[in-house]
Amino acid sequence: MVATASQTATMLTPRSRVGRATSVLRYLRRNPLLVIGLAMFVGLILFATVGTFFIDPAKDPYPLAGPASKPPSAEHWFGTDAQGRDLFAVMVVGTRLSLKIGLLAGSIGLAIGIVLGLVSAFYGGWLDSVIRWIVDVMFTIPSFLVMVVIASLLRQYISIENMALILAAFAWPGPTRAIRAQVLSLREREFIRLARLSGMRGPEIIVRELLPNLTPFLLAGFVAALIGAVYAALGLEMLGLGSQREPTLGMTFFWMQRFSALLRNLWWWWGIPIAIICVLILSLYFISFSLDEWANPRSRRSR
Amino acid sequence: MPPRDETAREGGGDATPLMELRNVSKVYGGGVLSRTATVALDDVSLTIPGDSPQILSVVGESGSGKTTLASLLLGFISPTSGTVLYRGSDLSRLRGARLREFRRDVQAVFQDPFAVFNPFYKVDHVLTVPLQKFRLGRSKAERQELMVNALEAVGLRPDETLGRYPHQLSGGQRQRIIVARALMLRPKLIVADEPVSMVDASLRATILESLRTVNQTLKVPILYITHDLGTAYHVSDHIVVMYRGGIVEAGDVEDVITAPKHPYTRMLIDSIPWPDPRRRWGSEETGARNGVEVPEDHQGCRFAERCPAAMPRCTQAQPPTYLAASGHAVSCYLYDEKPTLPKERLSALLTQHSSLTSA
Amino acid sequence: MTSTSTAPRTDRAAGTGEPVLSVRDLRVEYHTDAGAVRAVNGVSFDLMPGEKLGLVGESGSGKSTIALALMRMIKEPGRIAGGQILLHGRDILRLPEKEMRQVRAAEISMIPQGAMNSLNPVARIEDQIVDTLEDHSPKRVAKKELLEKAHAALESVGLRREVGRMYPHQLSGGMKQRVCIAIAVAMEPKVLIADEPTSALDVVVQRQVMGTLLRLQEELGVAVVLIGHDMGLMAQSVDRLAVMYAGKLAEVSPIREIFDDPLHPYTDLLIDSLPKLERRGTFRGIPGLPPSLHSLPPGCLFHPRCPKAMDICAEQVPPYREHRPNRFVACHLHEEGHATA
Repeated sequence: MVATASQTATMLTPRSRVGRATSVLRYLRRNPLLVIGLAMFVGLILFATVGTFFIDPAKDPYPLAGPASKPPSAEHWFGTDAQGRDLFAVMVVGTRLSLKIGLLAGSIGLAIGIVLGLVSAFYGGWLDSVIRWIVDVMFTIPSFLVMVVIASLLRQYISIENMALILAAFAWPGPTRAIRAQVLSLREREFIRLARLSGMRGPEIIVRELLPNLTPFLLAGFVAALIGAVYAALGLEMLGLGSQREPTLGMTFFWMQRFSALLRNLWWWWGIPIAIICVLILSLYFISFSLDEWANPRSRRSR
Repeated sequence: MPPRDETAREGGGDATPLMELRNVSKVYGGGVLSRTATVALDDVSLTIPGDSPQILSVVGESGSGKTTLASLLLGFISPTSGTVLYRGSDLSRLRGARLREFRRDVQAVFQDPFAVFNPFYKVDHVLTVPLQKFRLGRSKAERQELMVNALEAVGLRPDETLGRYPHQLSGGQRQRIIVARALMLRPKLIVADEPVSMVDASLRATILESLRTVNQTLKVPILYITHDLGTAYHVSDHIVVMYRGGIVEAGDVEDVITAPKHPYTRMLIDSIPWPDPRRRWGSEETGARNGVEVPEDHQGCRFAERCPAAMPRCTQAQPPTYLAASGHAVSCYLYDEKPTLPKERLSALLTQHSSLTSA
Repeated sequence: MTSTSTAPRTDRAAGTGEPVLSVRDLRVEYHTDAGAVRAVNGVSFDLMPGEKLGLVGESGSGKSTIALALMRMIKEPGRIAGGQILLHGRDILRLPEKEMRQVRAAEISMIPQGAMNSLNPVARIEDQIVDTLEDHSPKRVAKKELLEKAHAALESVGLRREVGRMYPHQLSGGMKQRVCIAIAVAMEPKVLIADEPTSALDVVVQRQVMGTLLRLQEELGVAVVLIGHDMGLMAQSVDRLAVMYAGKLAEVSPIREIFDDPLHPYTDLLIDSLPKLERRGTFRGIPGLPPSLHSLPPGCLFHPRCPKAMDICAEQVPPYREHRPNRFVACHLHEEGHATA
């Protein structure tokens, strides 16, 4: 009854010829930032996957794969570093590793976040209070500093997987809070009540009614967790706290600093890794920014 | 149509009412005596028999408690005190099979025709889920037939409705789907909470007609909750008027509307804008009392501070229910020379025809 | 769709001078994913000073769009596609935004739908009124004077001055709505548009608020456009009623005559669809659905649902004409050559 004019226009749309795919494409067209971000990200993935065909991953990204500190040449496309690593191989493998850490940590963090967020919001009561309290405490802890401390303590024992676990331990509060907020707002919606009247019980309502409506938030949450993990991993590695053996992007940055690549004018050693790191960070940022808008339609500029 | 196994589902015989509210109070925030507490329902008792297929209107404005009443009957909230009974059993203690039986027996039509659909699914979802959960229809084809019949019964074309998403249909169509859903499940009671207030005026009659059809042909009692006396008058047999958590007047709808006894009911009827320019709104001022002081936290009649007929005794204790006329009960000291009506007999009054004589 | 003939001679109440507001052939479009939609499709009417005009219609009829258009507050994806809105003879559609801002609130004011929920929750009531006054004062006025005016505005809607110091959440629905009325008339505009001012209120409070609004209207002599869907409310409140359907005017007549003798079948059915508190069982709805603005039927927009539809109704759009003194209707039943029902 009390419909605004634009609501009315939407309401009276006939059976939509516009499928889901078309509306996705249309959304992409209106969000150039998302397209750029995605393009850059996909580019990096292609680089990491296709690039592996050109290298020997067991040998090239590690020390003594070639002569030290040589500029780019036909043999070593991105040159070598002070310890003889083939930088092209390092970039290829490094990118893959950074993404792997991000994916692993992000997935675990999100999974925990979904479960805790859903349970907390749907069932409420003391369970909700406990979970909320833990989340609040986690938020007050300066997670990066704690991770630095943990990583320094574990120095030699850090592997890619360990690092992902440490990151995941700090990645879950964010998704928990976001998902809890969403579920809280959906919980009182009338379609949930109708589901109860149709004989559905709690867990089934969560899975069949709530989860599908949460997809945009889950997606945004996953990307946010992934990005957070990649950033944190880069941060730790740049401080030298990453895996000592594996040629991750951040560690490359650390070694490059350690070996004064800048002062020694080994431009390929500092230029190329920084460029790749920038591309990675920017692409993730663009994607997360655009997805934020999608998940929160109210901040969307009017169509 | 698949036969329902009636015998297996019959509870404790005809004597047990389908639903009963026994001295139910619902208080939000703080205890009953706290200042910040909101008393949504104050010691209300009401019985809904399963065997008398009538339409009972519960009319009240916001704050009257009618929505709380609906939520209690549907088991969404629990009373602060008193009990809500389903076939004699405490609703809050139902589990398993009995709970599912309750869910099958009591269905609802809600106010907002958009929020009641999960935007992720097509509208078929609200029909297919209960069919599946309550195991109605023995095959896919049978279930499809049930859905199609129900939709046609409310005046919808299944080919224009099924397979669409909620935002592709109008408010009136969506609401009719919900009514179709209710009738498809053959419940024992339908609670309709403001089913037409968010629907265009021209469609209200049609939707209410479908509810009436469900009531008359399928013999399902309907509890019609609304603030709109007009539709209540046309659609129901009996009416209960609520004010701030309590029942102030009840009886045959024709009697209550044409000869309202409680000052609040009178004020309500006077305030309705009559669709006739020659019949102007009543010009009584509200709150004009004959100099009776109404202290703020008194324990008397809830309506005292707005009542044009307030007397000193109105602020001392809540008035009991009197049988002011045959089949017409009112909770007001103005009728204290009439016989009082015990709460248990209120329900009987609401199910008989106007031939009920005083006890 | 063929357009109607040239803008008709506009209507006016029985000779009381020049209209304060004159709408000529107003057209408002919305751009949706599936094409442009005409929410308001060639609407013309006059409003005399001090007159109360009701605008009634169902969802999708375009009545709220007209309200926004009159205030020139249509935003993307909508736009005003044509026509004129003459306020005291001045076409406000041609004004630069700077001047329009002066016109808003000072000459033409609106109580939007759901206004009571749009009050600033963290500002005191009197400050909100003062804000409006300040925004529209041509010169700087002392705060003290503005506060005085704000208090006077509150009193004029029946609220005590002390209410000014309160915050919106401390007020009841009826009080909040009265504050919105006070804000809207604070500058004493010539035209007031009230879009569903009482739809969220209880029937008793509705009567009180409408009483306040109408009393104020009489005192200030402001012309009111009352937009709503409740014919009963219209019957009690307005002098003339305009009935809209799918973006066009179906009928515009004085209120008594519209109820005594509705000229357009839609009006007739609308009146029938009201539950009156007498003669139980006589209330019926209008079959069918309002048309989708994307695929309007040919000819008269109402013909698929009209019980009196004739062949010509499916072919030609009926012209909007004054068929009786001061009664305008767009219906073939009243055109020459066709029998009136």
